[in-house]
Amino acid sequence: MQENLLNALRGSGWLPLLSVSLGRNRTDLRSALVGCTGIFGAEFRRFSLERSKPGKFEEFYGLLQHVHKIPNVDVLVGYTDIHGDLLPINNDDNYHKAVSTANPLLRIFIQRKEDADYSAFGTDTMTRKKNVLSNVLRPDNHKKKPHIVISMPQDFRPVSSIIDVDILPETHRRVRLYKYGTDKPLGFYIRDGSSVRVTAHGLEKVPGIFISRLVPGGLAQSTGLLAVNDEVLEVNGIEVSGKSLDQVTDMMIANSRNLIITVRPANQRNNVVRNSRTSGSSGQSTESSLPSSTPNILGSLLQGEEESDEEDIIIEDSGEPQQIPKAAPTSESIESLSQIELLHESTQNGFLPSSELNLNHSAGSISMEYEVPEPGRKSLEEEGTIITL
Amino acid sequence: MRRFLRPGHDPVRERLKRDLFQFNKTVEHGFPHQPSALGYSPFLRLMAIGTRSGAIKLYGAPGVEFMGLHEENNTVMQIHFIPDQCQLVTLLDDNSLHLWSLKQHGGASELREEHRFTLKGPPGSPPSATQVTAVLPHSSREVLYLGTESGSIFVLELPSFRVLEDRTISPEAVLQRISEDNCNRRSCELVEALREHPKNPDQILIGYSRGLIVLWDLQNNKSFVWLSFQQLENLYWQRDGSKFISCHYDGSYTQWPVSSDNRQPEPLENTVPYGPFPCKAISKIYWQTTKNGLPYIIFQGGMPRASYGDRHSISVIHGSQQTAFDFTSRVIDFFIIFSSDPAAEFDDPSALVVLAEEELVVIDLKSAGWPAVHPPYLASLHCSAITCSHHVSNIPLKLWERIISAGSKQNIHYSSMPWPIDGGTNIAPDPPQRDLLLTGHEDGTVRFWDASGVCLHLLYKLSTVRVFLTDADPNDNMNTLGEDEWPPLRKVGTFDPYSDDPRLGIQKIYLCKYSGYLAVAGTAGQVLVMELNDEDAEHVVDHAEADLLQDQEGYRWKGHEKLKTRDGPVRFEAGFQPFVLVQCQPPAVVTSLALHSEWKLVAFGTSHGFGLFDHQQKRLVFVKCTLHPSDQLALEGPLSRVKSLKKSLRQSFRRIRRSRVSSRKRRGPAGAVQEANAKFDQDALQEMELAPVQRKIEARSAEDSFTGFVRTLYFADTFLRDSSRHCPSLWAGTNGGTVYAFCLRVPPAERRMDEPVRAEQAKEIQLMHRAPVVGILVLDGRSTPLPEPLEVAHDLSKSPDMQGSHQLLVVSEEQFKVFTLPKVSSKLKLKLTALEGCRVRKVTVANFGSCKTDDYSENDLAVLTNLGDIQIISLPFLKLQIRYPCIRKEDVSGIASCVFTKYGQGFYLISPSEFERFSLSTKWLVEPRCIVEMPEVTSNNHVHNKSGTENAARKSSFFSSSLLERKSGRLMEHALLNDESE
Repeated sequence: MQENLLNALRGSGWLPLLSVSLGRNRTDLRSALVGCTGIFGAEFRRFSLERSKPGKFEEFYGLLQHVHKIPNVDVLVGYTDIHGDLLPINNDDNYHKAVSTANPLLRIFIQRKEDADYSAFGTDTMTRKKNVLSNVLRPDNHKKKPHIVISMPQDFRPVSSIIDVDILPETHRRVRLYKYGTDKPLGFYIRDGSSVRVTAHGLEKVPGIFISRLVPGGLAQSTGLLAVNDEVLEVNGIEVSGKSLDQVTDMMIANSRNLIITVRPANQRNNVVRNSRTSGSSGQSTESSLPSSTPNILGSLLQGEEESDEEDIIIEDSGEPQQIPKAAPTSESIESLSQIELLHESTQNGFLPSSELNLNHSAGSISMEYEVPEPGRKSLEEEGTIITL
Repeated sequence: MRRFLRPGHDPVRERLKRDLFQFNKTVEHGFPHQPSALGYSPFLRLMAIGTRSGAIKLYGAPGVEFMGLHEENNTVMQIHFIPDQCQLVTLLDDNSLHLWSLKQHGGASELREEHRFTLKGPPGSPPSATQVTAVLPHSSREVLYLGTESGSIFVLELPSFRVLEDRTISPEAVLQRISEDNCNRRSCELVEALREHPKNPDQILIGYSRGLIVLWDLQNNKSFVWLSFQQLENLYWQRDGSKFISCHYDGSYTQWPVSSDNRQPEPLENTVPYGPFPCKAISKIYWQTTKNGLPYIIFQGGMPRASYGDRHSISVIHGSQQTAFDFTSRVIDFFIIFSSDPAAEFDDPSALVVLAEEELVVIDLKSAGWPAVHPPYLASLHCSAITCSHHVSNIPLKLWERIISAGSKQNIHYSSMPWPIDGGTNIAPDPPQRDLLLTGHEDGTVRFWDASGVCLHLLYKLSTVRVFLTDADPNDNMNTLGEDEWPPLRKVGTFDPYSDDPRLGIQKIYLCKYSGYLAVAGTAGQVLVMELNDEDAEHVVDHAEADLLQDQEGYRWKGHEKLKTRDGPVRFEAGFQPFVLVQCQPPAVVTSLALHSEWKLVAFGTSHGFGLFDHQQKRLVFVKCTLHPSDQLALEGPLSRVKSLKKSLRQSFRRIRRSRVSSRKRRGPAGAVQEANAKFDQDALQEMELAPVQRKIEARSAEDSFTGFVRTLYFADTFLRDSSRHCPSLWAGTNGGTVYAFCLRVPPAERRMDEPVRAEQAKEIQLMHRAPVVGILVLDGRSTPLPEPLEVAHDLSKSPDMQGSHQLLVVSEEQFKVFTLPKVSSKLKLKLTALEGCRVRKVTVANFGSCKTDDYSENDLAVLTNLGDIQIISLPFLKLQIRYPCIRKEDVSGIASCVFTKYGQGFYLISPSEFERFSLSTKWLVEPRCIVEMPEVTSNNHVHNKSGTENAARKSSFFSSSLLERKSGRLMEHALLNDESE
């Protein structure tokens, strides 16, 4: 019957999922919610998603929490790929990858974050020829030499990086220097200079701003993303041409908390060669932005910067310093907010409504199978806790 | 998504913006920087001043002003009006001649350049052949005579500037008529002077520098010759043409008779007025006849070389009266105003007008004692260097009159003569309101200027020096020379750039126009609160000290000491009289000041902290130290070299003077040196280019120096603690991006003297971008800035909306931020620097009215950036409305000196002595608008300007009858109504 169902689903464009929630100690995970424990320390759910519209990772994450009745519990999500590797799902990209490569069934593993065994991810299960599941299920048996522990994405602080590779000309490089959280000085100097541009009238010498010096041990030098004689083209999305050295200096200092500099590197040999990119191997699973979103990249980026901007501190009546909260949004931002909400609603259609999925499972059961109900709209809205804006 | 919601494309708003905002530089106030030439037209009764930067400015009756600028930006060497024309010719130091004319255009006269011309000699001739040294516009108005370095005199047709070659008077032609024995070729070099015969236009007098003087008849090329053995400086005809005077390099002058016979004449009189010891040259001389027979002999220079060679003097001799006016700076040129009616028998001089390098001095020659005349314009703003300025718009009539009356008591030593230069008619509408511009000076004075109209006019001068004991000699002996003193020098003029004590310098001024309270703060941490008193008074100034360091231990102030105060009662003249003195400790420069005349509180800040003083109870309410412990610079004080500073200032002044003299005398052999210098400069420049300027990019940290420097102080009655009760509050912003808010408890009026004012810190906001806070403002429930103290009490403003929630606007050098009150949450922001790379230097709230409808006006922020741009930013939404380039970004002192008015105008210094006035508003615009009409000309070529003088006399009496009346007129009455409603 299971096979039949799978086949039926395959034909219909629905992706069947087998979701397993794991706990080293089941009570930790679920006691507060259902209070049932199982010998295997695992609980299985089976449900399906529309393959063509997988939606966003966040929504999927919410769905999993819902299916397993574990709202408000932070979990790690992983899946087994076609090679049998256990790979993480933690963003839209690898989520889409997982959905698109699943054949026929997508096996999802959920672990409570505190108990998470990070070393399990990415291990080459092919060579070990071991059952991933058993490997994960019995962590006590897992007596491998200790792996380097990699913390979770949210535990990372943002680091300096090259961004927007896909939307910039290959000769340019956009570098984000994150000053926040490090004691390192930004550590670079800029100067006036001139560069040659191709214009309608032929080659023309125009004034430009260049990086003149990197301070040893500074952020700029330690990231290796900027070099002496790189020409500065933009600062946080604003073109530098026509501005004086002092103006550019002031702009950079004013943006120093989250400085995004677009440069034309003096050394053009390290440029990204864009067309040779391949997909499929896990190493490139963090490949960024879809082509359709390119025009908005900088806008969203600036907006993001605006939001992530540190807020001022207020001390009331000589009390404890606090961050100044944002005031109630103005009419303009309400407008934009409501648009975002609309956006979310529409994408929810891609979700598998699963309001009834967990309603009638019985204690002790390990796995459950469900028929896929007709997609309806109200489900997620009822469980208000799932959508987090 | 937000990017698609950008404002600025709303057509209604765009149209409104055009009705509200407009940028104009309207007029330059003050004294032209580096004047280099002077001209006067007795016909038009206009005076012209040329400068080293190539500007030419014309002045007539008050309000009549024209300005022109030579494209070349070269020094104007000479200015000559064409007789009986609205035209003038300028000679620049590049030897080019320019013809300017006043033409009517759109109902007002305008100064336009018509022609330019450079004299060219035959090919191969040396440049000296055509170097113009003397210019004579002929009374026929058809030709211009040009004397040159080579001795040739060229004739130029007007207005075409065509050389009439056949009429050139060559030295050879002159030499032919001179007997061989006392002349050689060299005696005809360099024409020093060209003078037309006052009665016979066919005869011109030519003076060559070696002493040869020739009267040349243009009709028959006949000549009379005189020979002096001294090097000639200048010539002057007597009115009847029977005699002329020559003045010489050795400090002598000689009177020569003119007779028709051709024998060698002897001089009538040859004197060295300040002999017998060697004297300096007399460079210009006037001989003016009077009815009583005693002439006025007026000449420049001639002082005894050894003992008075450094004086800049002009001597006036009239019978037994003789005075050598001693000017504060080099005399550029001078002229005499005398009867220009050709029918008059005598010159009858009335005034001596002297253009010195730093000021204009006019001497009344009619009144006994020859007093100076108070000029209505061309004020020397820099008589002591300007250290700060403060503008107050719309002064109530009562205060205005009291200030004028206080000022008139200071001006009794001036002549009552009406202003003698009174050409043209001012047709500008009356100024819209009475405005005061207050300038603080390095010598501890505050000057009150009438800034309502085109003429910036000194109303009153306040000195704070009297409160303190200084090393300066209190009784300056400027005018106390003994009777027998020889030469009879008399100091005239007000220019005095040497400050006796730099600590006296004024740094901040705040005037409350409703109460007449004035707060003034200075360089050595002194804060004075003053009250306007119409009578002289003698009283003790209450003295308090504010220790801004409080308990902070281990700090050492290495800067200047505080000023010593005078014990006991001090006599103050009528005007603003100090009654409270607060001295900050350490005595650092006061960097911010606020006065609340209703609560009777004054707040002041330095680089160490700020304090609040109750000037009613004369009690210090609190002090707050803002110092960061690591800020060493602020602790020690930047001015640890006070004494040497004073000295070096004097030295640099001397150096400047010397360099000016040398640059004036360079010609000929100095050329090679100059060339070498230029080459050196160029090399140095190239070297600079090789080592590029670079800028360090570094995030600001809390440890930067001067973070505690208090930049701004603000009083507001707002909701600081909770939204149900508002209370008085004091806000302070520092250089490190911190805003402190203090809740004040001011006792009600009836118990004001009994209960103390209390203050408690309520909030402290740290801006994360840490840029200096340059402005704090509270907006009421209608998003209108809170009114000034007493404004509501005087019914001049709607009372603020206390129903809706208030908002706090904090302007830092980099961002504008709006926060809610009383709970501080950020609401809006504009990141100026992050987007444009410019920083806020000055910011004010200005009211803009629409030029189309009377009933629309709005408040916006007027902002000046470090790039010299002016931006207007809307309130409360912080949207950039418009941007104008205004000041060159290199002009740091200009940007620092800028002051905005409450109605969208502003002033900034374009030189130490000149304010440029600009307007951002379509509605409030003060600019000169005037007409110069040609007086009638009679058949003989000479001036008949009876009507002109009559007209002028009428105008000038109008002017003198009351400056006040003339200035205000209609508006005053309107203002009176306002005052009565108090």
